[in-house]
Amino acid sequence: MYPPRLRYVAPKSLDEAFAVMAEYGDDAKVLAGGQSLVPMLKLRFASPAVLVDINGLSDLAYHRAESDGSLRIGALCRHVDLERSALLPGRYPTMAAAAPQVADPIVRNRGTVVGSLCHADPQGDWASVLLALNGQVVVAGKDGRRTISVADFVVGPFQNSLAAGEIAVEASVPAAKGTPYGSYLKLERRVGDFATVGVAVAIETSGLQISRAGIALTGVGPNTIQAIEAEQALIGQALEPDVIARAAGLAAGAARPRSDHRGSAEYKRHVVETFVRRALSSYRLAVPA
Amino acid sequence: MSQALDEVKIGGLGSSRQRVEDARFIRGRGNYIDDLKLPGMLHMEILRSPLAHARIISIDTSAAWAIPGVRLVLTGEMAAQRNLAWMPTLSYDTQAVLATDKVRFQGQEVACVVADDPYIAKDACEAIVVEYEPLPVIVNPIQSLAPDAPLIRDDKEGQTDNVCYRWEVGDKQGTDRAFAQADHISRLKLHYPRSHPSPIECCGSVADYNAATGKLTVYMTTQAPHIIRAAVALVAELPEHMIRIVSPDLGGGFGNKVPVYPGYVCSILGSILTGKPVKWIEDNFGNLISTGFGRDMYLDSELALRKDGKILAVRFHADTDQGAFFSDAQPSKFKIGLVHSAFACYDIPVGHITARGAYTNKAPGGVAYRCSFRVTEAMFFQERMIQAAAADLGMDQAQFRRINLRRADDFPARTPFGFLVDSGQYHKCLQLGLDAIGYEDFKREQAQARSRGRRLGIGISTMTEPLGAGNSREYDILGIKMFDSAELRVHPTGKAILRTGAKTQGQGHETTWAQIVSHELGIPADDVIVEEGDTDTAPFGMGTYASRSTPVAGAAVSMVARKVRAKARKLAAHLLEVSEEDIEWELGRFYVRGAARRGVTIQECAMAAYTNMPDGMEPGLENNAYYDPPNLTWPFACYIATVEVDPETGVWDVLRVVAVDDCGVRINPMIVEGQIMGGLAEAYAMANMQFMTYDADGNMIGANYIDYLLPTAWETPGFELHEVVTPCPHHPIGAKGVGECAAVGGPAAFVNAVMNALEDTGVRNIDMPVLPDRVWQAIQTGRDVSGVPPVRQD
Ligand SMILES: Cc1cc2nc3c(=O)[nH]c(=O)nc-3n(C[C@H](O)[C@H](O)[C@H](O)COP(=O)(O)OP(=O)(O)OC[C@H]3O[C@@H](n4cnc5c(N)ncnc54)[C@H](O)[C@@H]3O)c2cc1C
Repeated sequence: MYPPRLRYVAPKSLDEAFAVMAEYGDDAKVLAGGQSLVPMLKLRFASPAVLVDINGLSDLAYHRAESDGSLRIGALCRHVDLERSALLPGRYPTMAAAAPQVADPIVRNRGTVVGSLCHADPQGDWASVLLALNGQVVVAGKDGRRTISVADFVVGPFQNSLAAGEIAVEASVPAAKGTPYGSYLKLERRVGDFATVGVAVAIETSGLQISRAGIALTGVGPNTIQAIEAEQALIGQALEPDVIARAAGLAAGAARPRSDHRGSAEYKRHVVETFVRRALSSYRLAVPA
Repeated sequence: MSQALDEVKIGGLGSSRQRVEDARFIRGRGNYIDDLKLPGMLHMEILRSPLAHARIISIDTSAAWAIPGVRLVLTGEMAAQRNLAWMPTLSYDTQAVLATDKVRFQGQEVACVVADDPYIAKDACEAIVVEYEPLPVIVNPIQSLAPDAPLIRDDKEGQTDNVCYRWEVGDKQGTDRAFAQADHISRLKLHYPRSHPSPIECCGSVADYNAATGKLTVYMTTQAPHIIRAAVALVAELPEHMIRIVSPDLGGGFGNKVPVYPGYVCSILGSILTGKPVKWIEDNFGNLISTGFGRDMYLDSELALRKDGKILAVRFHADTDQGAFFSDAQPSKFKIGLVHSAFACYDIPVGHITARGAYTNKAPGGVAYRCSFRVTEAMFFQERMIQAAAADLGMDQAQFRRINLRRADDFPARTPFGFLVDSGQYHKCLQLGLDAIGYEDFKREQAQARSRGRRLGIGISTMTEPLGAGNSREYDILGIKMFDSAELRVHPTGKAILRTGAKTQGQGHETTWAQIVSHELGIPADDVIVEEGDTDTAPFGMGTYASRSTPVAGAAVSMVARKVRAKARKLAAHLLEVSEEDIEWELGRFYVRGAARRGVTIQECAMAAYTNMPDGMEPGLENNAYYDPPNLTWPFACYIATVEVDPETGVWDVLRVVAVDDCGVRINPMIVEGQIMGGLAEAYAMANMQFMTYDADGNMIGANYIDYLLPTAWETPGFELHEVVTPCPHHPIGAKGVGECAAVGGPAAFVNAVMNALEDTGVRNIDMPVLPDRVWQAIQTGRDVSGVPPVRQD
């Protein structure tokens, strides 16, 4: 790899990192797993003046469930950590479904969840998963920290709402209030491929009724898409075939796919509908006693 | 008396001996082009065109020259001063080394920089300012051959259209007559998409011109070092004995490393101009966007059929998309490779083929990628056509093949296009495959599944292909006949070094050639070292591609070992004090006829060759052999795949794959099986996911490994391998080529399986790769799906 000339720093503390970030402002880039940034450097699509390698900040390498039931994911939590985590199955089903489908095993060893959110690739899997789960991102800089909803954090294709000098330190998923069900269905051409279509579904139920619903779409628009109308169509409903069909249709309507070598727009829209239907039809709700 | 040697134990024929080259490869101790560092070496980087077709208005290199550490900025204009802006190709065309007048494909070489390190070279390339005037872009032959298409090769005197060649073979009148008598005519049109050999290691070279001695040494990634030496002698006007081409360990080739690329030429020119060694290492992007690809053929064919299923005649037309230059490395006599080997396994009385090449604004190439000169398209097309014809007649596809496959007692025979097929047990292979997959059971299962809305499919591909170019009557490249060679030197202690004119790039020659020597001489394979790739030491040969190494160079190994054995026999007679006529041979040992205890080993003979030769005998035990094969070798294969198609998403999964290969005598069965599995994996990739396509502006989609998909162990199905052995009648040890069989014959098995699953929809063809969205579209519309690159609609 022959990137443009750049400075490399490996801070030993967050404060040190903030100082460098503040000094360089927009010309600084955080290096996390490097699985998106390094290819961009190689292709010279990115030419930062300085790379701030946060891999030494081992305090950020965590994910944990809080006593209130929320899940916190530090900036150095790798995809593989979630793939292998015992915390996820059952309690965070959408997360558990997505983790083994992100990229390939080699990329999962290095890539981070927070890095993926920061990268804001419309084909990135984590953004839609966290969007469907109503997730948040904690960002920090020399002047303090703030919490941003994922919906407001991932603002555009390859654009996040970090201010110059800020680092994302944590992502989080709020506690489920009902019984959680979730899926991540991904159509890929090959293992390690970005999604042709990805659909994240996260619902919570109370009895046989849906109390919360999150549906977000990967790869079918210029941004990660939250299918708000489809979500609303589920609230207060039971998982009956007509309800499912309506939500699936609304989700497909929310997609804004483009025809390309991965498939036609029409096809991608059809797959969104199929996946939403398949996901919602797969839940066997625990019947309240 | 000594115990007779166990041939398998000493690593002879039939031994699945571990690959000796792996010891260094898996330990990271190989020596690839990028491992090479010469004192004072400089680094070269190429600036490529962002546009597919544009006139060059100006090139400003001043900012690049101004960067410290830049030693040379080379443009087409400067190359032209040395008569090197253009070079001849191996298909008697010309190709731009560095563009002077216009760029003709995206990724074309426009300028290059030689600098102290690769970072500087890259920075300097970015500092070169090129002003282009965009021209209309042509991305497929339909567009290219249209009457008012813009002229791509306006550099060529007398060229008034975009036709790059025309070719024809067969009997037109006879074919027309047969069609007139047919009960039914089946027709199929398809496009075999462009694919890329994509070796892990890209191309590269280190050119080292020594002004004091006048000698040019080029270390380079080439599958054919001697052809390159001849080409460099002609292009660079250097005397051939002052050129040394060294091909080090190669990280794969698959045909990608046969042609001469501009990068090689520029590194040579760079070294001559700077007086320093110059290294050029291509990156993945450069490799995918500019170097030799495979296929990109448009086929339209008809079969004349009798009601009972007998094929009466075949005719087809092929258009090839050659890209901007006709740069294929292929036998000179044939403009579209060996595409006329199509239908060679079927007993068809008559046929006619026409073919045409089209220039387009795409990277040049066509024949590369694990293929004996376009037989991949020929066999794919043949087997797709066979399936379509069987379906048209409402006949079982296996039965249709049985009716038409040549019978084992029907050899030798001429195909309608002039090939001589010499042996085979086609029916036996087919039956073995059908039994292995459980054909009748599967058909029942398929019918049951269909009644429950599930779509299962089974696809068969049977084919024989011509491997091992060539024989000198018909096959040459630039006039040089396609023989090959081996040189064997046995040292006093009975150890030996073998060199050949081939060049291994993953096939395992270092292992296999030693086994042939072992078979012929009884020397343990471990005692034979194999060296290839250095034109100063290796005998002249045509290199490795088209599955030709074992058929040609491997035969030369046998022949040279036999020459050595003949001399050893004289030495044995001398040592045993009997006349040569009284000497018998068993593996590794000569003995006196009727007195088996009195004998000498081959090692004892070797020692005598240096220490105790008879009066008048030349010392030493070595020889060489140039082998000109009497015919091609004709391996046969039957591949059968079963699939399930998800009609809702168009996704198809492979259930099972059965492969029956008859490649004659297997020298190292493990290596043969590895070649077959590798070929099947590639076949699956081509059928399922892999293609390089272009948008209407000529931008290549897939000049990276995110979009150009190589299959991984995860999705590649498992393969069940079987064998039949029909020894090649003319090869010294009965071996045939095999390296490409599965990649050639495999794709049709997968595609036929998917088409079989869709048979009731009326869809006859989905172009490869059979992507889920294409399957879905076919099911939705009931119409064929074309994969032809789209053209601009404005
Ligand atoms: C072959 C391959 C296949 C892939 N397939 C998929 C896939 O299928 N699905 C998918 O979702 N992704 C895929 N990816 C991308 C992968 O998941 C990346 O790991 C991820 O997108 C980025 O995470 P990272 O930690 O590697 O970030 P980096 O590459 O280190 O950084 C990416 C960007 O985010 C910024 N950044 C990173 N961390 C922070 C931080 N804490 N604060 C502020 N800015 C930060 C960087 O400055 C940079 O701009 C693939 C990557 C490869 C190489």
